[in-house]
Amino acid sequence: MTTTEISGEKRGFLATALIAIGRVAVSLFVPIVAFVVLWAGFIFLRDSNAPQGIIAAVAIVWGVGGVALLFWVTDWVVNRTSVTVAKKLQPFVFVGPALAILAWYLFIPTLRSLYLSFFDAQSNNFVGLANYIFAFTDSKMIESFTNNLLWLILGTGGAVGFGLLIALLADRVKMEKFFKSIIFMPMAISFVGAGVIWRFIYAYKPAGEDQIGLLNAVVTFFGGEPQAWFTMPVWNNVFLIAILVWLQTGYAMVIISSALKGVPSSIIEAGRIDGAGELRIIRSIIIPYIASTLVTVSTTIIIITLKIFDIVFTMTNGNYGTEVIASMQYKQMFRFYHYGRGSAIAIVLVLAVIPVMWYNLRQFSKREGF
Amino acid sequence: MKKTVLVLLMALLVLSSVFAGGQADAQASEEKVVRVFGAFVDEELRRFEEAIVPFEERTGIDVIYEGSKDFETLISVRVEGGNPPDIAALPQPGLMYNFAAQGHLVPMWDSLIKTVDENYAPVWKELGSYDGTPYGVFHRVNAKSFVWYPKKAWAKAGYEVPTTWDEMIALMDKMVANGHTPWSIGIEAGGATGWVGTDWVEDVMLRTAGPEVYDKWVNHEIPFNSPEVKAAFEEIGKIWLNPKYVYGGTNTILTQSYTDSPRTMFENPPRSWMHRQGNFVTTFLQQDIQDNLEEELGVFPLPAINEEFGIPVLGGGDQFVAFNDRPEVRQFMEFLATWESGEIWARSGGALFPYINQDLSVYPSSNDRLVAEALVNAKVFRFDASDLMPGQVGAGSFWTGIVDWVNGKSLDAMLADVEKSWP
Repeated sequence: MTTTEISGEKRGFLATALIAIGRVAVSLFVPIVAFVVLWAGFIFLRDSNAPQGIIAAVAIVWGVGGVALLFWVTDWVVNRTSVTVAKKLQPFVFVGPALAILAWYLFIPTLRSLYLSFFDAQSNNFVGLANYIFAFTDSKMIESFTNNLLWLILGTGGAVGFGLLIALLADRVKMEKFFKSIIFMPMAISFVGAGVIWRFIYAYKPAGEDQIGLLNAVVTFFGGEPQAWFTMPVWNNVFLIAILVWLQTGYAMVIISSALKGVPSSIIEAGRIDGAGELRIIRSIIIPYIASTLVTVSTTIIIITLKIFDIVFTMTNGNYGTEVIASMQYKQMFRFYHYGRGSAIAIVLVLAVIPVMWYNLRQFSKREGF
Repeated sequence: MKKTVLVLLMALLVLSSVFAGGQADAQASEEKVVRVFGAFVDEELRRFEEAIVPFEERTGIDVIYEGSKDFETLISVRVEGGNPPDIAALPQPGLMYNFAAQGHLVPMWDSLIKTVDENYAPVWKELGSYDGTPYGVFHRVNAKSFVWYPKKAWAKAGYEVPTTWDEMIALMDKMVANGHTPWSIGIEAGGATGWVGTDWVEDVMLRTAGPEVYDKWVNHEIPFNSPEVKAAFEEIGKIWLNPKYVYGGTNTILTQSYTDSPRTMFENPPRSWMHRQGNFVTTFLQQDIQDNLEEELGVFPLPAINEEFGIPVLGGGDQFVAFNDRPEVRQFMEFLATWESGEIWARSGGALFPYINQDLSVYPSSNDRLVAEALVNAKVFRFDASDLMPGQVGAGSFWTGIVDWVNGKSLDAMLADVEKSWP
């Protein structure tokens, strides 16, 4: 590149002009070709009646190749500009698409939800705050808020509490890695998958039939009456929260455990020499030392509990008094097609999550990262 | 480097022309295709495809049916995205009203209206109409006001089919005296838990309050917590909330799936002796029972409570509506409005069709025939109310209301909540 520029100076004005025109033409040619290729691929995918296998293959080549092509073309165009401009543009070749996609898929939809939340079911008439009034006064919504609070307290408390306990205990045993792996394993299961598994644990059959549910099998083995766990008000929430705790304890444990390893043994030694017992060391040395980790883990799980949906949806569908905010949003949106209420509930949920998220990010940035 | 770039560009150009070429070829060889989208899958999908073979052979039109369990979400997405199927089978009239109001549907044309008038009772055309304009053609339908029982066990115990509501109550008490549990009821249905209960309420409403009050109730001309509705719930409560009458009591009502509950009638000894459900119940039964339906399964219409209204039949069905107006789409819609489109399916059993000029003798079992006859001859036929009510109620608070009521919520509070949720 630089050699051509230097040699260009030696040529006459005409040559320089030609080169300039050529550069513009080439610069336009490549994006245009890229556009044509992408467009042809899009038209093909949209209208073709080719066998599905071929369409799938083309879609993959077109999708992945298209992104690569776009990146390559943009990069190529930017490199054609002067060095100072290129330097300023270059970062946006990389971060630009991510920002654009975030804006398109996250920021604009959020604004649109906010807008729709002031309209009626079909998004035709402005209704002011009616949807928000519904969100805060409807009996099922109030039930959802209470239940989400329960999820937040018991779910976060349970996962972080057990995580801390197990991390502390595992730190002191020989087969630490083995135990931690086992407890971490549920993390690999999706919420829906966990729901399916736990349905079998909570399954209920009338007395006298074979109990296919683990819990009821145990209860009847010891001579008890089988219980319909899901229909017990309030307690059924606790049974659902247990699933989340089972899933998230591993996550909390791993993070806390790594923080534990960072507690300098000299401080603990000093504590011991001063005559502190094990509990006192945990309370006065270890916990304050790993406090910021605990906060980060808690806020992450709080966000999960606020958005909880999959478990409730697969297990009880919000029946028997287990409704949560996200399941109400889904029902309003996709079962009742009330876009206004659905959007309003979504906005309420976003507003509830944002402070926690903000706090979480601040904690992260304190410990590098952002 | 430059060479490579050149080669690459050439390759891309060639590739794009291949795309364009391939597209042209595909269009040239295209035969006439009608794309149908619906909610039924698996076995029902296969039966539907069998039933339309005569049409495909006669006209050379290829009908491609695609079914999805997420039909109701997907159809809205496809229609709003400007990519509707040619024809859709809509399970809920409310969906049809929405699409018709938004102008997405092709209204019935004259020759189709004529065919429908000839082949159906007037009620079906009314059910397929929005704002006076007919759109929907009913094909396979269901009728739900039926009680099924294990024939062999009944014969052994000496039970006889009741013909009035009081006889039925007397029979239930006799069963209890014999140590038998009369009913199996299960309303668990995943995201739709509670709908079985709404069918009971509707059936009893038709029998106690009559079709006129029923229509007012559906259209919200009387409140959901009006005395007539409350009376229907109380009538049901006498059976449902009495643990002697229902296998496993309320906990089993709530947690047993509607597909599992009829199976309890065919255990040895039977755990339950009667089950109220639509004609589609046979598909839920144990395979060995399904193979011998004629000997194993008996049926009688849910008896009348008020003789004035006769024995009303409650039912439902998918209505086929056209989104695209092409000659082959019209041809297929007209085919669906004739008994020919149902005959093959009816012959294989478990399906019911509303055509007035149908040949009842093709139904393979006496149960199917009894149900079809009751449907064609019913003085009062009404569409499933919960499917006609706004989604907020019909697929929302009515379902959850049933669940909450069975789980101990007071009837008045529940009815008031449902009433409040009416949009």
